Amino acid sequence: MGAGQPNSGGSGEPGPVRLLGDGVAALMAVLRAAGREVIGPTVRDGAIVLRPLKRPDDLPRGWHDRQEAGLYRLDWEDRPTRFAHAAPAQGWKRVLHPPEACVGTAYRGGIASSAEGADAGPDGPCWAAPEASPPLRAFFGVRPCDLAALSVLDGILANPAAGYHDPAYARRRRDTLVVAADCASPAATCFCAGMGTGPGVGDSGFDVALTELVEGDAAVYLARAGSPAGAALLEAVEHRPASDAERAAATDQTVRATKAQTRALPADPRAILARATEHRHWADVAARCLACGTCTLACPTCFCATVEDATSLDGVTAARTRRWSSCFTEAFSYIHGGAVRGTRGARYRQWITHKLSAWYDQFGTSGCVGCGRCVTWCPVGIDITAEVAALSETRPSHRRRGPARRPVDGSATPRRRKDDPPAP
Amino acid sequence: MATPTPRRPRLAVWKFASCDGCQLSLLDCEDELLAVAGAVEIAYFLEATRATAPGPYDVSLVEGSITTAHDLRRLKTIRRRSKVLVTIGACATSGGIQALKSMADAGDYVRAVYAHPAFIRTLDTSTPIADHVPVDYELRGCPIDRGQLLHVLTALIQGRQPRLPNYAACVECKRAGVVCVMVAKGEPCLGPVTQAGCGALCPRVGRGCYGCFGPAEGMNTAALAAHLQTSRDHGGAGLDSAETRHRFHLFNANAPGFREEGQRHG
Repeated sequence: MGAGQPNSGGSGEPGPVRLLGDGVAALMAVLRAAGREVIGPTVRDGAIVLRPLKRPDDLPRGWHDRQEAGLYRLDWEDRPTRFAHAAPAQGWKRVLHPPEACVGTAYRGGIASSAEGADAGPDGPCWAAPEASPPLRAFFGVRPCDLAALSVLDGILANPAAGYHDPAYARRRRDTLVVAADCASPAATCFCAGMGTGPGVGDSGFDVALTELVEGDAAVYLARAGSPAGAALLEAVEHRPASDAERAAATDQTVRATKAQTRALPADPRAILARATEHRHWADVAARCLACGTCTLACPTCFCATVEDATSLDGVTAARTRRWSSCFTEAFSYIHGGAVRGTRGARYRQWITHKLSAWYDQFGTSGCVGCGRCVTWCPVGIDITAEVAALSETRPSHRRRGPARRPVDGSATPRRRKDDPPAP
Repeated sequence: MATPTPRRPRLAVWKFASCDGCQLSLLDCEDELLAVAGAVEIAYFLEATRATAPGPYDVSLVEGSITTAHDLRRLKTIRRRSKVLVTIGACATSGGIQALKSMADAGDYVRAVYAHPAFIRTLDTSTPIADHVPVDYELRGCPIDRGQLLHVLTALIQGRQPRLPNYAACVECKRAGVVCVMVAKGEPCLGPVTQAGCGALCPRVGRGCYGCFGPAEGMNTAALAAHLQTSRDHGGAGLDSAETRHRFHLFNANAPGFREEGQRHG
C-alpha cells in the first residue's frame, strides 16, 4: 500500500531522520513483525542477488562488486557498509512479474479455474504456484535505477487505463513496500546519472529512502519517508532529526557517486535510433552478438512473456503458463511462414530500438534506466552505450542490395526478409 | 475420471549406437512411469520388456547414431513402420561423441580399441538419424531431459503439437535466476550457443554448459569461441585453442556449427 505513491505529506517528518542504533536491523524487524517477506540484496553464487532476507546479516556487509562489460566479480573488505554495491544481478521484475507463472488450469468438462492468480487445482501440472493473494512483501535496499525500473513497469503492467494491464502484477505491487537506498558506489557499467534516474533516490516511488553513511568504523543511516506507510514505518524505529552535517554528507556522497560514473548514453538516443534503421553498424553488432537473450532477461524493464499450454498425460487438465520470453529468440517474431526477424542484427536492432526509442511512443518514457545490467551480464560484453554512440555516427547507410550476411554457423544462407538489417 | 480412448497408441523404443542412457530416462520417469505405461501400449522396448510386437507403431523413440550398414537397413524398416518418429539424445540427433571418428581415421579407433579388429564391420562415420530418414521431432541432450520426453509423449498421445524451444540455454538460466557462471566466475560455458531444454542443469550447480543439447537457433559460435579464449580478467574463460576445440567437439561434435567451430581451433 502506498508504494509508488508520491509523498502525500501530512504525515511523518519533514526532513530526513537519522536512525539510531542499527537502523537497518530495526527497520527489517518492524517489517518482518508486520508479516512482510523482506526481499533484498544478498551474496549468492559469486554475485549480489535479490532473495528473501531472514536477518540483517544476510545483507552483503563489506561486499563490493566490480562490474565491467561482460565481467562481474565480488570483493570483500572488512567494512561496515551493506549497500556498497551497484545493481544486483537481477531486477525486481523477478518478484513482481515472475519468470514462470501459472495463468490458469482448465479441467476437462469445464474451466475449473482460470484468470490470473486463481487456484490451479489439486493435480494440475502447474509448475509455479499462482498467487491468489500475494504475500505482503518489502523490497529492501532498492537502487535508484531499479526504483525507476519499477516506475516504468508500473506504467505498463499496473495501469488499468492501458489495454495490457496485468492484475496479478498490480496486486503484487500493491502489497509491496519499497525501501530504497541511495547508491554511493556505482560500478563502471552504471550510467544512471546520465539517464536522470540516480545515483541518489529522487522524490517519489518509494515508501522509505535510506542513505548509508560511514562514520568511523560504523555504518549509519539517514531515512526519509515517501508515503504515509513509509512515515508510519519510520515512526516505529528510533530516530532523531538528521543534522545539517549529516545531510551535507549525504549530498556529497551522491555528488561523488555521480562524478564516479564513466559511462553515459549519447544525448537523445531516441532520435539516434529512429534514424539508424539502415545503419551499417547493425552488421557489426551481429558479428559479436550471441543472440542469447541475456540482455533482455537481465534488463529490469523488459517484460515480454510467452504463454504456453501443457496437458496432463490423461488429458484431464490443461495448464497455461506464462514464461519470460526474449526478442532475441526466433519464436518471438514467428508468424505464419516463419520468423520476421531471422538474424541477430535484426533482433538486436529490435531490442535497442524498442528500449531507447519506440518505448517513448508506446509508453511515454525511456525503457532504459541506466542500471548497466545488459552491459555487465552480456556474455561477450556488448555495451549499449557504445553501440548507441556508434549508431550516432553518420556513416553511409547501406543501400538494400547484395547478398544476405552469411551466418557464422555455416548453414545455408537464409532468405532475406523485409526486416533484416542491411548486409555488410 | 480419465476419458477412455478407443485404442492406446503403440510405443516403440529403438536403440542404435548409444549408451542406453536416454532410454533409461523413460524408465527414470518414476512418478509418471505407470501413467505412461497406462496411456500407451509398449510394443517394443527391450530395455523394459522382452515382449515385442511387430509394427506398425504410432510413436517410435529412436536412440543412437548410425554406425553400421545393418543399422541403416534396420532404421529404414523402423521408419516405414512408424507413424511418428522421435529421435532422442545427442547420438540420434547429431551422431554423438562417437562422431569424433567421422573427423579422424576410423580404422585407427578400431585398431586401438579392439583386440581383433578383423571382426569389426562399421561405417567410417557416425551420423544422426535425420541424415537417413525423415524425423518428426528431436529431443536433444546427453541424456535427454525427462520432462521434455514426457512433454512430447503427452502431446503426441493427446494429438497436440509438442513445444520444444530452440533458443539458447541462457534463457532458461536467467528464468531460473542462476548467476551467469561465465560472467561472474570465468567458467567456460557453451550456454549462449546451446539449445535450451535441460533447465540449466549444469549452471545451476556452478558449472559451465557442456553443450550437450547441441546448437541453438541463431547462435554465434565464432564470437563465443573468441570470448572463451579471452583471459578471465577480461570476462573470458582463458581457454587455449585445443580446449576450445574440445568444448565444441564433445557430445555434439558432428552437429552443424559445432563441427566447424571446433575445426577452426584444430
